[in-house]
Amino acid sequence: MPKREDVKKVLVIGSGPIIIGQAAEFDYAGTQACRALKEENIEVVLVNSNPATIMTDTNIADRVYIEPLTVEVVKNIIRKEKPDSILPTLGGQTGLNLAMELAESGFLQENNVKLLGTATEAIKMAEDRQAFKDTMERIGEPCIASKVVNTIEDALDFAKEIGYPVIVRPAYTLGGTGGGIVNNEEELMEVGSNGLRLSRVHQVLIEKCIAGWKEIEFEVMRDGRGNVITICSMENIDPVGVHTGDSIVVAPCQTLSDKEYQMLRSASLKIISALGIEGGCNVQFALDPNSFEYAVIEVNPRVSRSSALASKATGYPIAKVASKIAVGYSLDEIKNAVTGKTYACFEPTIDYVVIKIPKWPFDKFVKASRTLGTQMKATGEVMAISSSFEGAIMKAIRSLELGIFTLEQDRFKKFSDEEIKEKIKDIDDERLLVIAEAIRRGISIEEINNVTKIDLFFLNKIKNLVLTEEKLKTMKLSDFTPDYFRKVKKLGFTDGVIAKFVGCSKEEVRAKRKELGICAVYKMVDTCAAEFEAMTPYYYSTYDEHCEAKKSDKKKVLVIGSGPIRIGQGIEFDYCSVHSVWGLKDEGYETIIANNNPETVSTDFDTADRLYFEPLTEEDVENIVEKEKVDGAIVQFGGQTAIKLTKALDNMGVKIFGTEPKYVDAAEDREKFDEILEELGIPRPKGKTVFTLDEALKAANELGYPVLVRPSYVLGGQGMEIAYNDKDVTEFMEIINRVKQEHPILIDKYMMGKEIEVDAISDGEDILIPGIMEHLERAGVHSGDSISVYPSQTIDEKVKHKIVDYTQKLAKALHVVGMVNIQYVYYNNELYVIEVNPRSSRTVPYISKVTGIPMVNVATRIMMGRKLKDFGYGTGLYKESEYVAVKVPVFSFEKLHDVDTSLGPEMKSTGEVLGIAKTFDEALYKGIIATGMKLPQKGGGILMTVRDTDKPELVQLAEEFEKLGFELYATGKTANMLNSQGIATNAVKKIGEGEPNILDLIHSGKVSLIINTPTKGRQPERDGFKIRRKAVESSIPCLTSLDTARAVLECIKLGRNEKELEVIDLSVFNKK
Amino acid sequence: MKAVLALEDGTVFYGEGFGVLGEVIGEIVFNTGMTGYQEVLTDPSYCGQIVAMTYPLIGNYGANDEDIESVKPQVKGFIVRELCNTPSNWRNKETLDDYLKRYNIIGIQGIDTRALTRILREKGTMKGMISSDPEFNLERKIDEIRAFEIKNPVDRVTTDKVLHYNGGDKRVSLIDLGMKQNIVRSLQKRGCEVYVFPANSKPEEILSVNPDGIMLSNGPGNPKDCTGTINSIKQLMGKKPMFGICLGHQLIALANDADTQKLKYGHRGCNHPVKDIEKNLTYITSQNHGYTIVESSLDTSRMTVTHRNMNDGTIEGVRYKDMPVFTVQFHPEASPGPTDTEYLFDEFIAMMNK
Repeated sequence: MPKREDVKKVLVIGSGPIIIGQAAEFDYAGTQACRALKEENIEVVLVNSNPATIMTDTNIADRVYIEPLTVEVVKNIIRKEKPDSILPTLGGQTGLNLAMELAESGFLQENNVKLLGTATEAIKMAEDRQAFKDTMERIGEPCIASKVVNTIEDALDFAKEIGYPVIVRPAYTLGGTGGGIVNNEEELMEVGSNGLRLSRVHQVLIEKCIAGWKEIEFEVMRDGRGNVITICSMENIDPVGVHTGDSIVVAPCQTLSDKEYQMLRSASLKIISALGIEGGCNVQFALDPNSFEYAVIEVNPRVSRSSALASKATGYPIAKVASKIAVGYSLDEIKNAVTGKTYACFEPTIDYVVIKIPKWPFDKFVKASRTLGTQMKATGEVMAISSSFEGAIMKAIRSLELGIFTLEQDRFKKFSDEEIKEKIKDIDDERLLVIAEAIRRGISIEEINNVTKIDLFFLNKIKNLVLTEEKLKTMKLSDFTPDYFRKVKKLGFTDGVIAKFVGCSKEEVRAKRKELGICAVYKMVDTCAAEFEAMTPYYYSTYDEHCEAKKSDKKKVLVIGSGPIRIGQGIEFDYCSVHSVWGLKDEGYETIIANNNPETVSTDFDTADRLYFEPLTEEDVENIVEKEKVDGAIVQFGGQTAIKLTKALDNMGVKIFGTEPKYVDAAEDREKFDEILEELGIPRPKGKTVFTLDEALKAANELGYPVLVRPSYVLGGQGMEIAYNDKDVTEFMEIINRVKQEHPILIDKYMMGKEIEVDAISDGEDILIPGIMEHLERAGVHSGDSISVYPSQTIDEKVKHKIVDYTQKLAKALHVVGMVNIQYVYYNNELYVIEVNPRSSRTVPYISKVTGIPMVNVATRIMMGRKLKDFGYGTGLYKESEYVAVKVPVFSFEKLHDVDTSLGPEMKSTGEVLGIAKTFDEALYKGIIATGMKLPQKGGGILMTVRDTDKPELVQLAEEFEKLGFELYATGKTANMLNSQGIATNAVKKIGEGEPNILDLIHSGKVSLIINTPTKGRQPERDGFKIRRKAVESSIPCLTSLDTARAVLECIKLGRNEKELEVIDLSVFNKK
Repeated sequence: MKAVLALEDGTVFYGEGFGVLGEVIGEIVFNTGMTGYQEVLTDPSYCGQIVAMTYPLIGNYGANDEDIESVKPQVKGFIVRELCNTPSNWRNKETLDDYLKRYNIIGIQGIDTRALTRILREKGTMKGMISSDPEFNLERKIDEIRAFEIKNPVDRVTTDKVLHYNGGDKRVSLIDLGMKQNIVRSLQKRGCEVYVFPANSKPEEILSVNPDGIMLSNGPGNPKDCTGTINSIKQLMGKKPMFGICLGHQLIALANDADTQKLKYGHRGCNHPVKDIEKNLTYITSQNHGYTIVESSLDTSRMTVTHRNMNDGTIEGVRYKDMPVFTVQFHPEASPGPTDTEYLFDEFIAMMNK
């Protein structure tokens, strides 16, 4: 089937802000989709609320809208742009849901817009539980047997029919309270009866228990003609029960014989055919480890996180091919981009092992529950490729950037054997390491298998690594034969780890290794196990002897990527890395990218000239450098991951393009930086550097509370806290020191003023500031968590002038070449510098888009020798836009239990959205609704509990809410205070004051907005914490800063209707 | 125990022996399937060949008594990157190492099979030797390696007597050229009674059981060596519905005056896309062959190409006009590999029903 001729203009819907469960993979998919469509000369209109994405670049789509992803807004875009079609299956669940709503409302039909790809009916069949179950029954594919029952007799009958054990799930109880796994009639009698009693509707679901079954996934594709293929199989190392996004996953399946593999492969193809999918699809199975019995768990009728992983694991571009299918092509008409000769209608075969490990935010949210289950908690993931399972595991763990390079971790030493045996029962992020410790203690893998149900195959592999560690401890470097050395390297041990175990220096290990001629070589990811010659410049390292990476004599630059998506280092840095690569290409350089995040555009094999899918550690990068003999490296765009490698690269003799390493150091080194500021006469909040707790307490008392406590060299304010007293300092220091600190800890005087941020480009002489951003919340809330406004709305010319002046001076003094990000605080009519980061920041993508200055491109080319004058944007402060852009953070609190939602100096948001409008109020409104927040409707209830210092300021806010017709609620003191000011407020009991109390009020549904400013500390037992968690669990917006509350009030006052919003095409910013 | 893998071009890889130790010469081929090593080992089409698996972890699920395509391993030698000695699967009976030892097969592990595959891809299939002789000397062995030839391998793997498998109302005479057992299973599953005949059986013998149809199986070696079978086919053409797989497909073509030629490095794996031209659909197939029908030698007035390989365009299926005969180059019986083209057995049944 050739291309459909009725498709000329397509609307692609993105997935919105990065949240847990929906990350960069959809930028990768969406970007591929847009390019695939443009290749076909189809006009592409793109909408996404997330400004940090590559897909929202004006060179990716023809028309770009950074607008809230709501039905009404998208309708406005459709009315304006009049696309003939929508591509709904590449924007995650968000994009799919939106498209389905538009279709179901009849709007698409009225406006003659077609849905491309999988038909609406097929999507419904896959997404609707009952319809899906019916379909599976019709085609004879087994689902997990389950039945809703209202009596214990029915429960017993059904359990008898399907066999024990069964799971009892009471309906409508929070978190499945009252349910559980039962093994016999007696237990079912007890648990079932209890469940029925607890359920509000006297109803429980009896489900066949498949705990311990293998979880297997297949990525499959189908075209409109009915060709079906599988791209990749994946096996979750964790058995059924842990969300696949939180599971360690290996590709291809390792423990399945051909009979089992083909059984599930055929089932996947049968399912995708029965559903009539046109594009990519993910099928998840549970497989009994002791028989051929299996059950279909779920089908995702769209590209997903797993399909991004499958694409990177195999080299097969699923999103691109899905897009071509959507516009009418069949698989046998689409060229295979890997070989350039064959077609997309084939199944990749791989000749290596791929392992994905999720990146969880527990290093940031130390109090969060680490238990893994059906709710995903990871913010990102790393992928590793090796020719052995062990090698892949070792690469993956060091890619996580947790300071973990081997399975042995000292912190488990303190546990007794019995405690370790208990700990392996915990399904959490550390289980891999705990299992290794258990094996080390001599606990048999059969016993571990019995508890964890992790397949013996995997446990044996872990055992092999543990035994190797133990053997190394008994050896000296001089004992190493060349064969043994190579063997250990093949298992993934770095020189540093070997050094630690044998008791010598890393340099000695390295020298001996080189002497023996044992060096990393690179193999190609080519979809075909070398059967055909491939064009993919996509490599991974092994310790074999044959290297496939081709030599090139061109001038080439290595760009260090940013690793896994985590809080504080998100998709923005992938945007920057990719743009840097493109900038280098513009300058005629050959580009090499090193990264390990499978979700990203940077790890698409056609982004750079060569892609090295590798951990971003010193040794791994050094190997690449040695192989490629690069002319230099760029570290400014890969976030802290890349910056951390600066020194190592410098030591390797690699030229660092842009700001020289010694000056990077000067910005980060407290004392050197203070000297520079002093010379320049630029004030900063007073501060000190400390190493020990005693020093910290002394410093804090000298500066006077409150103070900011934080480690240096971190991103996203990791470990940063405001301390109000000695007790706080003690607590924070303990937390920071859990991870060994190579650099001092900073203690600063805390100033609660207006925060201002600039990203500037410097060529060493001149600077260009595309725009000044102002934070809506006063200092104290991390810049990544604050609402940020461009152009600044409340800063006068004099201050702006000062900002430009300071920025200019700082850039010059630090010899910045390329990017610099500076944060200021304006406090009591004085401008202070808080922080200077001689690198790209998370605001760069958004500010580039709303100023029309391609900052990364310009900065990269300047790093390669150009001057600002060459670009025609001028110098100094660039002219302000006529439009206002408001960046609003997005959080994933509902996914993370036990995390305090109050905002502070440590960053907590996972993503961001942008609102663009002609006025500030409307831009803010767009930003707020784009986060998904439901603005309280007039007449609703507002609950206010604020700390004493905020009470005076609350009065005015409360008064305005009252005027708008809101019902006000507050606890004792606050209510009294407001009532005494003539603002009618209902008093609510605090927790512990009897019932009904504040939690009951939240539960009642009378409240649609909560304003709660936290006191201090983060003890979960505090009332404020409970209120905030209750708000999250009840989906009620809870604002923890009065400034944010004020912003929301303004939005309500604006009284805008979504239907009235004018949608703005990004090209308005590109007029020079 | 150290071992070497030496190729006829002088390339030497160093590894470790497994299975039994010793020395063996064969034709080195690579298979790209990620699962199904036991089916590969027991596929008689590999007679005379040393098979290298491109997937690096082999032996993960051990060996069992069920996943076999003939009574014993048929390969001359086995090359893997990493042998798993701690297999895990509910059907696992023994390690792959023990299994090969039991059947006296020489294996080598620790080989960079990707590098080997690249060499074979560039230079074509080569002869080679696995040796665990500590005194191994390439110069002394090279002539022996180069002189190796697989002679009439079909004779070595075909049944020596007629075998009978019970079934339903259709009766099939299956000419065993080195057949995979799953061909019989696939026929039985569809209600066929099966008589398996030795490769050199006379047409009269084959027809003596009064079959509803005749099948020609897969098998090893150069199709042109099978002159006896080719002659029988000439006499059987048109007498009964006929279905040929792999070597069977090639022999039927040769019996109809077409020609065959050796491919540079063959097709061996589970991921080969083949277009069914009549259905206009592409299927993923299981393949294992080193020869192919020469396109220009087909008499298009009598034969139609029904299937084509999507990677290199080679002929994958032929239908004979005016006669109930069709053949495919790939393996619809799968095992190992995808069962997507199983429907061809149904077509054969339908043909017999006509």
